[in-house]
Amino acid sequence: MDAFLLQVLSGLATGGIYASLALAVVMIYKATHVVNFAQGEMAMFSTYLAWQLIQWGMPYWGAFFLTLAISFVGGVAIERIVIRPFESHDATLSVVTVFIGLFLILNSLAGWTWEYTLKSFPSPFPAEAYLGGYLSGHQAGLFAVVLVTLAIVYAFFRFTPLGLAMRAAAENPVSSRLVGIRVGWMLALGWGLAAALGAVAGIMVAPLVFLEPNMMGFVLIYAFAGALLGGIDNPWGAVIGGFAMGVLENIMGVYVVGTELKLTVALVIIIGVLVVKPAGMFGRTVVTRV
Amino acid sequence: MRTKQKWLGGFAAAIALALAVGPAQAQKKYGPGASDTEIKIGNVNPYSGPASAYGSIGKGIASYWKLVNDLGGVNGRKVNFITLDDGYSPPRTVEQVRRLVEQEQVLLVFQSLGTPGNTAIHKYMNARKVPQLFVATGATKWNDPKGHPWTMGWQPNYQAEAKAYAAYILKNLPKAKIGVLYQNDDYGKDYLKGFRDGLGSKADSMIVKEVSYEVTDPTVDSQIVTLKGSGADAFFNITTPKFAAQAIRKAHEIGWKPEHFLNNVSSSIDNVLKPAGFEASKGIISSLYLKDASDPQWHNDKDYKAWLEWMKKYNPGVSTTDAFYVYAYAVSSTLHQVLLQCGDDLTRENVMRQAANLKNIQVPMLLPGVHLHTSPKDFAPIEAIQLGRFDGKRYVEFGDVLGQ
Amino acid sequence: MKPDWRIAALAAGLIVVCALPFLVSDYRTFQFTLVMVYAIALLGLNILTGFNGQFTLGHGAFYAIGSYTAAILMAHYNVPYWATLPAAAAVCLAAGFLFGLPALRLEGLFLALATLSLAVAMPSILKWKGIEQWTGGVQGIVLIKPEAPFGLPLNQDEWLYYFTLAVAILMFVLAWNLLRGRVGRAIVAIRDQPTAARAMGINSAIYKSVTFGVSAMYAGVAGALGAIAVQFVAPDSFQVGLSFVFLIGAVIGGIYSISGAVFGAAFVLFVPHISEGISRAAPQAIFGAFLIVFMFVMPVGIAGFLRLAWDWARRRIQRSSHVTGEAS
Repeated sequence: MDAFLLQVLSGLATGGIYASLALAVVMIYKATHVVNFAQGEMAMFSTYLAWQLIQWGMPYWGAFFLTLAISFVGGVAIERIVIRPFESHDATLSVVTVFIGLFLILNSLAGWTWEYTLKSFPSPFPAEAYLGGYLSGHQAGLFAVVLVTLAIVYAFFRFTPLGLAMRAAAENPVSSRLVGIRVGWMLALGWGLAAALGAVAGIMVAPLVFLEPNMMGFVLIYAFAGALLGGIDNPWGAVIGGFAMGVLENIMGVYVVGTELKLTVALVIIIGVLVVKPAGMFGRTVVTRV
Repeated sequence: MRTKQKWLGGFAAAIALALAVGPAQAQKKYGPGASDTEIKIGNVNPYSGPASAYGSIGKGIASYWKLVNDLGGVNGRKVNFITLDDGYSPPRTVEQVRRLVEQEQVLLVFQSLGTPGNTAIHKYMNARKVPQLFVATGATKWNDPKGHPWTMGWQPNYQAEAKAYAAYILKNLPKAKIGVLYQNDDYGKDYLKGFRDGLGSKADSMIVKEVSYEVTDPTVDSQIVTLKGSGADAFFNITTPKFAAQAIRKAHEIGWKPEHFLNNVSSSIDNVLKPAGFEASKGIISSLYLKDASDPQWHNDKDYKAWLEWMKKYNPGVSTTDAFYVYAYAVSSTLHQVLLQCGDDLTRENVMRQAANLKNIQVPMLLPGVHLHTSPKDFAPIEAIQLGRFDGKRYVEFGDVLGQ
Repeated sequence: MKPDWRIAALAAGLIVVCALPFLVSDYRTFQFTLVMVYAIALLGLNILTGFNGQFTLGHGAFYAIGSYTAAILMAHYNVPYWATLPAAAAVCLAAGFLFGLPALRLEGLFLALATLSLAVAMPSILKWKGIEQWTGGVQGIVLIKPEAPFGLPLNQDEWLYYFTLAVAILMFVLAWNLLRGRVGRAIVAIRDQPTAARAMGINSAIYKSVTFGVSAMYAGVAGALGAIAVQFVAPDSFQVGLSFVFLIGAVIGGIYSISGAVFGAAFVLFVPHISEGISRAAPQAIFGAFLIVFMFVMPVGIAGFLRLAWDWARRRIQRSSHVTGEAS
């Protein structure tokens, strides 16, 4: 096959990793209008929980869903206990500071509990590879999971009353309260769902990159770039953005700027999108009334 | 009591030769950090930050000295091992090392980890005349007795190892088309330089593709695809464990089967080959100087058994195949040897003198045939390279031990 | 009455600070020098984020640029160490201003994201082959510490301490002057009421970009001093963690004040040493916990707390003197 196509395929595979985390980022953004810098660490921590459950003998899918449940509860708890006191502040400083604090705590807690050595994480998908070996069984499975999750998230926001209530709560808390929406709980729910999505991302990604506390640190930047590129308030935009990011980063790395500057590519994309078209390719442009 | 003697026996072979070397010093001479009862040793390791996986080495070393202290110490003195975190950030390394030297007044700094950190303190240690002993990096620049008489490495340096692979290729695969994957930092570039130097004038014609990666990349899959596409049939894999496992696995998946040379840093069967897959790892050539704890051939070996007992008793919860703990044990045994040779003259000058006076010493967990050897002109204790080919279960040694 | 108190306290503090190198070991002097370096950097961060409301997670990147500017000039062009400071200041002022321009369009969390990406990408930029011949690539650049001039009887650590002290005092006075005048009020107005500020004729765009530049300039000067103190620069010295550390220092010290920069710098330098005794992983977790707790309890930081405590004490004294006055 053409070398270029192979690189594109390879980029799509990496893009799957970014897309899965980007979904969690978008979920939080849609629900709370906040960009969560600790999303990667939350996902990593959830993955360690799943790993521990599997180590204790639980079968894979049992551990998978139990971890999702625990992560959901954890996300809700974090929102209620740590984030909620600052909701009224609406100040970037307090919010981001708390996120960074969470980031540091989760990262060191994971390292202290499970050490920093690499751990293998099992894959539920068959090992056979497709396309002459260029797409492994797990990568194909990852694509499938991302698409399924995307469909669920999209349907949730678009077609369910709860999803509508969440979107309303994020966009116009005052009016939402007037129509009876429990805004506080909507935000907590958003965090819980995002934490669960993050767990999915982590569990899907770990078999590819190996589990360690710093697993998601840099993936998060690429995921942000992808989410911004596709539209940070648009689930399927974020997924497309994530895949696009993988391909873009790969092609740029191989043919244009060299493999050394991939992070710089992400940086340029982030700044470029934010300055030129903050809504991304598929997002909605928001107009703020002064 | 009896078990203690068993462990002591594990050291006996190693120190038997040593006792013949240093003449008994009647006088006691002490430098900073040494006294009748104690020897203070300083160390910096990355316990936090991006390189925190290597923090296991610091923990292993600390636990080794605990064992030694429980057995009575070194020549009757307890070892006070002070290890500080530098987060793999050179400014912090400088701060912590200055603390060790100026505030804690250690006798020597042992096994400081990482090339950037060691570069940052290189001048300082030599200006202050404090031993920067057995640094935990394979960079070639630590073997410079003339310019930096207070600094010494330990593990076989990267360039020497790469040259061994180059020599093998020139001899056995003269028509090879070589692809190289290297980590874009000091470690990767050092290996690459040695490799190119080893190939000499043929470097440019034989190496068809050189591709790098950053530790911030999620995977190296794309690089492997590039290398296969270049038509290379020999592969020099200069990656750290996580990326090595990824590379081996991806190469196998896409059906690329080159003659695969894996750098020693990632040679661990348990940490790298197992996650990558034993089938995928068959045929990989690497160089070895330490016994691999997951290799069944050592399971009845005396030194291995002593090491295993130490692991079980002093490092509960750590995997008994952890390569970092083998490394920690061996390098600490080396310092142990040096301190024993110092006898009652525990000055910094004598420490360096004895470190430069290791004559064919064997310490536990080194492969048979690999010895420590230093002299005032040769500050590279281990130069031996033993090549081995992985057969799906263990590395099968072949060829002679090179570079002694 | 009150001004005398303050000046007396300041003078006393200054005397202690000047005498310090002779009272403590060289190692401590080196540490205090680093505290001052970080204080200068944090001051820049306070100006930008505390006073002007532009949130940056990329402060470490400009610190890195300052460090490398100094290192390259010293190592490749034999520029004397003291001359690298104005150079680093100029380079970072320009770089910060240029970065501030597109940043004008970014608000709050998105600005944070953009600056975070800058900090994350910086080490790889510093390692880039294209500029390797100046930056030394992954090997970095080794520097020589300056000797005391004019044959002064000071060793290297002591001389650098005084040099840094002089620069720090200069930078602090500069900031103090800037912030209490018209410019300072404009900067704060842009933070609190951006629309009203615009309506009153303040050219928000220029002010914001220039503030970004000034903040980067402070980071750059600090970076240059830091490079000289540590005698080494390498890409690994400027990982994203550095920007986090700056944020932590600013928040805990007091991001809305000038003195907060000093408290914060002392905190981030000395607390890891204390917490190391507890556990290896502790320093990072403790930073995280402190961040959250301080945001809950004391968002104005140590400096703000001290000011509140001082005001409270003053009022108590006034009230009691009032009472006694009436009684008599």
